[in-house]
Amino acid sequence: MGDVLAFAEQRDGVVRGVTHEVVSAGAGLAQSLGGECHALAVGGDGLAEAVSGLGGAGAARVKVAAHGSLAGYAAEAYARIVADTARDGGYAAVLFPATAVGKDLAPRVAALLDVPLASDATEVSADGGAVVVKRPVYAGKAFARLRMEASPAVVSLRPNVFPVEERGAAGAVETVAVDVDPSSWGARVVEFRSAAAGSLDVSEASVVVAGGRGMKDPEHWTLLEALRDALGADVAALGASRAVVDAGWRPHGEQVGQTGKTVSPKLYVAVGISGAIQHLAGMRTSGTIVAVNKDPDAPIFGVADYGIVGDLFEVVPRLTDEVRALKSGA
Amino acid sequence: MNITVCIKRTPDTETRVRIAEDGVSIDSGGVKYIVSPYDEFAVEAALRMRDAAGEGAVTVVTLGEASAAEQLRSALAMGADKALLLEGQAGMDGLATARALATEIQGHDAPLVLFGVKAADDDAQQVGPMVATLLERPCVTAVGEFELNGTTARCHREVEGGTEVVDVDLPAVLTITKGAFEPRYASLKGIMAAKRKPLEQKAADVPASRVTLEALELPPARPDGRIVGEGPEAAAELVRLLREEAKVL
Repeated sequence: MGDVLAFAEQRDGVVRGVTHEVVSAGAGLAQSLGGECHALAVGGDGLAEAVSGLGGAGAARVKVAAHGSLAGYAAEAYARIVADTARDGGYAAVLFPATAVGKDLAPRVAALLDVPLASDATEVSADGGAVVVKRPVYAGKAFARLRMEASPAVVSLRPNVFPVEERGAAGAVETVAVDVDPSSWGARVVEFRSAAAGSLDVSEASVVVAGGRGMKDPEHWTLLEALRDALGADVAALGASRAVVDAGWRPHGEQVGQTGKTVSPKLYVAVGISGAIQHLAGMRTSGTIVAVNKDPDAPIFGVADYGIVGDLFEVVPRLTDEVRALKSGA
Repeated sequence: MNITVCIKRTPDTETRVRIAEDGVSIDSGGVKYIVSPYDEFAVEAALRMRDAAGEGAVTVVTLGEASAAEQLRSALAMGADKALLLEGQAGMDGLATARALATEIQGHDAPLVLFGVKAADDDAQQVGPMVATLLERPCVTAVGEFELNGTTARCHREVEGGTEVVDVDLPAVLTITKGAFEPRYASLKGIMAAKRKPLEQKAADVPASRVTLEALELPPARPDGRIVGEGPEAAAELVRLLREEAKVL
């Protein structure tokens, strides 16, 4: 049997954008394996309505495990539900998004199923009935091609890499019976502290505006915030080099590179970043790379598609104006 | 409180990766090896918790080749009390690694087991929560900061768009990320003391790998870029190119 189970991540009852990528990739893989893609959503009451659109991304069935106590991510319960569903359905592959939830959940599910996990894959395909994965190692300085020898193959997929294809599958919603006892959970989320309101995570944004030491002062980030807002705060996020995170100018959650996040946005704008090897590793798979730096010999220009050599304090405000003009005229 | 910290020997993050002739490993010539940076945060966290409690021992464990003793000595120099080298291969099958570690850790009298959130080589971010699952202990991943409150720990976990505060019952497994635990430098005294601290070595019990590494490749070279211009006057042309040529605006 070649069915694929795709974990449908939701937050606050809303299906996350990355879920469509995972379902779409799952449908593609299922097709090569001769099976169907089924989505599995775990969450609170009212979930069935939120996930009903996943048929469009390729889910032949949408399984819903809903319970009032599961509205927020509860690792132990989620892992058990996903593992039980995967086992009962005899799936050939189980896919997750490589998000904070997916990276936490997938290893637990793999351990419960007693099978290995390939994390943060950028390609997944079927080869002679086996699942083959390509994934970055050394933060993207190299890629490993792995053949998963156990079934199901458990794989988490890097956000922003897999295209969402309109497939128009049935998406019939089914209820999964859940039996949860929150009093038995060893870990409990007691609070969520939001970063700046509505800010998008750098690993999920399709546009990243990143700043480095050339910014000179944390207060100058208002320039980058203005550029991000011009590019669209709903799609764009701020990133940072290791130097400015180590200096305490920016939070670690924004760090791009080997000791931070590896990102693949459509557009990456590097401002005042010289391009240390460990930073380049984390962003070189971006679609289009723009660099603004006063040093024409900065290594960042070696990976950039477009560069402007100049004083960022002059270039960035002008760039922001030009983007604004374009967006208002478009 | 006794704390066990699992660490890994990895190439320095400044390493320029070259693929070896076998096509499935990196050319280790000239590569400097370090304690994976996230594991240093975990060691630092353990030392601070031990010192705050005023009792207990920090044990550092690694699964690796004999050369990984060097990284165990580094952790001992930071202040860990003892070290254990499980000699074996930590490959692409993270569950096999987790099983070997879980078999060992099961016998440790340590209510807290710490890992770095990920290793700087495989970036797989999986062995910690796998060990926790195998040991049936609760686990919190990507913890930037935590405090102990008797039989629980309050953890600050980094997620998209914010921080989750999670209470976890001990014994527990935590994976540590960059945050409150900036690692200390080993003092000369620490380095000297580390030479006399116990470092046990034994064969690891690693199950056969069920992941085959077929190839290791360098990322495709990026197409040659160009300098659009100098100074703010180039901004308009850049925006035009992003719209018309790259089609990203």
